[in-house]
Amino acid sequence: MTAQPKTLKILTVVTVLMLAAASLMVFFYAPLEAVMGQVQKVFYFHVAAGWTGMLGFFVAFVAGIAYLITHKHIWDIVGVAGVEIGLVFMLICIITGSIWARPIWNTWWTWDPRLTTATIMELVYAAYLMLRQGVEDPDRRARFGAVYAIIGFLSVPLTFFSIRIFRTIHPVVIGGGDADATGSFDMTAKMLQTFMFSLVTFSVLFVTLLWHRIRMGKFADQLEQLKMKLLA
Amino acid sequence: TLTYMIAGFAVIFGIMLIYLVSLLSRWNNLRKDADLLKELEKKE
Repeated sequence: MTAQPKTLKILTVVTVLMLAAASLMVFFYAPLEAVMGQVQKVFYFHVAAGWTGMLGFFVAFVAGIAYLITHKHIWDIVGVAGVEIGLVFMLICIITGSIWARPIWNTWWTWDPRLTTATIMELVYAAYLMLRQGVEDPDRRARFGAVYAIIGFLSVPLTFFSIRIFRTIHPVVIGGGDADATGSFDMTAKMLQTFMFSLVTFSVLFVTLLWHRIRMGKFADQLEQLKMKLLA
Repeated sequence: TLTYMIAGFAVIFGIMLIYLVSLLSRWNNLRKDADLLKELEKKE
């Protein structure tokens, strides 16, 4: 395996610094929300994690199409990396949402359209990894994975638009929310700056993790080929 | 709602840390495998 590219090393350092800066902005720069108090600060990373999760699933969707067109194995590696990172961030999003909901909605969980579609989406992609575990042949696994990632992506726009098309208790950050939504608030300039910076930070974090994960996938592939050569 | 905020951030950084450790652990396992395979290749 070749040494880590210099760009990736720099990107990793920049990511850590940005994450530290975003955390400082959340705790010390963004003002305390007038009604919800401290728990509102979870919102900045909750939305950013949700965005990153969906970004991961989108990468897998694009990689799936690219694999079916080119049959190049690198796209399978990109696809599984996207799903894996997407799952991690969607899990963060769902759990932090539940923690926020306890004091605001007075319940840990409710089968609201957004919570339900997000959970289904998470389970759909968890099943993607299970499907891959069950297929031995690498080409067949890549083909199944690509098709599954494309079809599974239907759950992403459904989750994103669920709070915009169904009656819901979940607040809408961008665009008008439902009249029944509980926990909505108007953002001040400092809140908006913190929110946007958190989104950018998590996007950079996603790119960094994806790059590392793709390098790991390529390394695992090389070892697999070496193993086959030795066994032949 | 301070307790909930602390719990929320513990979850955020906790899950990230677990994923990071899992990545590093898999890297190390792959490196060990690579060393082993190189040894076998030399013997062949």
